[in-house]
Amino acid sequence: MHMHKYEKIWLTFGIACLFVFLTVIGVSAFAEGKQPPSCLTTIDPEKVDQTPPFNKPGLVKTGDNEYQLNIVVSAFAFTPNQIEIPKGAKVTINVTSKDVIHGFEVAGTNINMMVEPGYINTITKTFNQTGEYTILCNEYCGAGHHMMTGRIKVVE
Amino acid sequence: MMNETVKVDRRDAKLALAHIYVAFIALALGGLAGLLQTLVRSGKFQLPAGISYYTILTTHGVLLGLVLTTFFIIGFQFAAVSRTSGTFSNRVRFWGWVGFWTMTIGTATTAFFILTGQASVLYTFYAPLQAHAGFYLGLTLVVVGSWISGFATFVHYARWKKEHPGKASPLLTFMAVTNMVLWLVCTLGVAATVLIQLLPWSLGIVDRVNVLVSRTLFWYFGHPLVYFWLLPAYMVWYAVIPKVIGGKIFSDSLARLAFILFLFFSIPVGFHHQLLEPGITPFWKYVQVVLTFMVVIPSLMTAFAMFATFEAYGRSKGATGLFGWLRKLPWGDARFFAPFVGMLFFIPAGAGGIINASHQMDQVVHNTIWVTGHFHLTVATTVVLTFFGAAYWLVPHLSGRVMTKAMNRLAIIQTVVWAVGMSFMSGSMHFAGLLGAPRRSAFSTYGNSPQALEWIPYQIAQAVGGTILFIGIILVLVIITNLAFFAPKGETEFPVAEAAEPQERAALAMDNWKLWIGITIALILIAYTVPFIDMIQNAPPGSKGYKLW
Repeated sequence: MHMHKYEKIWLTFGIACLFVFLTVIGVSAFAEGKQPPSCLTTIDPEKVDQTPPFNKPGLVKTGDNEYQLNIVVSAFAFTPNQIEIPKGAKVTINVTSKDVIHGFEVAGTNINMMVEPGYINTITKTFNQTGEYTILCNEYCGAGHHMMTGRIKVVE
Repeated sequence: MMNETVKVDRRDAKLALAHIYVAFIALALGGLAGLLQTLVRSGKFQLPAGISYYTILTTHGVLLGLVLTTFFIIGFQFAAVSRTSGTFSNRVRFWGWVGFWTMTIGTATTAFFILTGQASVLYTFYAPLQAHAGFYLGLTLVVVGSWISGFATFVHYARWKKEHPGKASPLLTFMAVTNMVLWLVCTLGVAATVLIQLLPWSLGIVDRVNVLVSRTLFWYFGHPLVYFWLLPAYMVWYAVIPKVIGGKIFSDSLARLAFILFLFFSIPVGFHHQLLEPGITPFWKYVQVVLTFMVVIPSLMTAFAMFATFEAYGRSKGATGLFGWLRKLPWGDARFFAPFVGMLFFIPAGAGGIINASHQMDQVVHNTIWVTGHFHLTVATTVVLTFFGAAYWLVPHLSGRVMTKAMNRLAIIQTVVWAVGMSFMSGSMHFAGLLGAPRRSAFSTYGNSPQALEWIPYQIAQAVGGTILFIGIILVLVIITNLAFFAPKGETEFPVAEAAEPQERAALAMDNWKLWIGITIALILIAYTVPFIDMIQNAPPGSKGYKLW
């Protein structure tokens, strides 16, 4: 199959870019640990309220300025939905759903994950700036989907 | 050799036209739904009579994402195959009509359950939201109908190969067959989740459904779906546009190679829609991201071929300088202008796609309205403007009419209106998405959150863009109605280009379906077997159905 010289140059350049992109993603993910939320832990979606840590949802101190934030997601609420976090805290957020699929997004941050019945999902974030962040559901879950909201306040 | 005066047989033309009529009816209704959505999200308007935003959103997605596209594509491909490989046998045409009516009945069934509010589950119908069984049944009929049409195409192709031993299949036929192979392999996933999981569950035969398996099967189908939309646009770009401008196909065999690469790399990639999900390990997500990026190669080949064709044509007309050839292109011809604008929009659209498929950047934009902005560039601009541009010769060719100068001018205006409207709408969707505004959500200030209030100006810009786009839809409907029923009678060419340097042997080698399908299946098995077994072995308790709308 004949290929024009310019096309060879163009494709070589394009494919080289491709591998640079993939290397950047791969190194960032596997060497620096910036993986997407991919928790493999399962849970009975109908027994969320009886299963730790979701039987007592909320913020739990686990170490020196380290916290666990456990949130139960259901149609159409986050429990709890008003959270205060000290500035500089490293917070591991665990979420699960009691009913359908939801999304857990903290607007203006990289906190963004799918919440699916039967699974726990998790992400860790250090809150270095004070301020107020909006929690919202970004996966359609029914008539009240756009009413699901909450606040994270990062305080001194 | 192809003959310029070759016409699609009148009986085949009727079959193709029937598909195209349904497609444009879907455009009218789905476009109206889209207009209403942008108005609601501006916060200045509420739907009357208690109609739910999510009913309208489901209507919009199903009619435009599934019905408009599938009907137009199958109609266009029937016409293209009949034009390049000869008139259908009565048997092939009969099955083509069976496919058409199966899809049409399926569409009507699904539409009934959506419009009566029994299936506000959006076009992705993620379990455990549970629609009425009739919704799933209707979708099944749409898919089964498309399979029947696919097999009718294969039978016709096989007959052509038998009658022309040692010859490479005509380019458009080869491309249509590739697209239908892609479609058949990928729809197996959605058919599996609907027939094995969702239909029995919605009928109450089984109580529970495995949510992650269902989503995974959906996205096994959901990404190749977008290539099923894109490949017919590429058929027009590769095989028709060179003829429209008066040039030649840059390379026939590289065009075929690009299509085969799309077949390989559009299916084993569904996890890039599931990057933020629990239950799938990061390793397998990354494997599929690597495979996802491979489609960049045929995309770059296509971009090169298009602009090489344009430049070669311009230079043959005496153009000089680095960009002099641009001035020689037929800017006043809507058959060229509409697809060309579509190509330009594919540059930001493709770049956005690479962003979405990249782990860390997806973290920022996943399920925000950025994504909606993205696919309104790919499918709703690149693909749709190319389909409009194709309809401007295809519909009059099939209806035995000609496009008047006035209609051509209106089509140029339509293209400009579309480009302007989409720049507003998609542009503001991208910006609002970067700030965190979610997709698939009715108007909300999230408890007067200062962040959400910042998104409202962008949402107003989306409504402005949506309104301009709706004017564009009215214009294209006027043009298509004219071309189908009112334009002056006459002969319109079905343009089919010839290769600059025919490479019969290379092209013939591409008719090797056993090999292509074998590689396709092998890649799918590599990408999916281990994570899929994991999902089933480590499955949590299943989910009951919920009707939360």
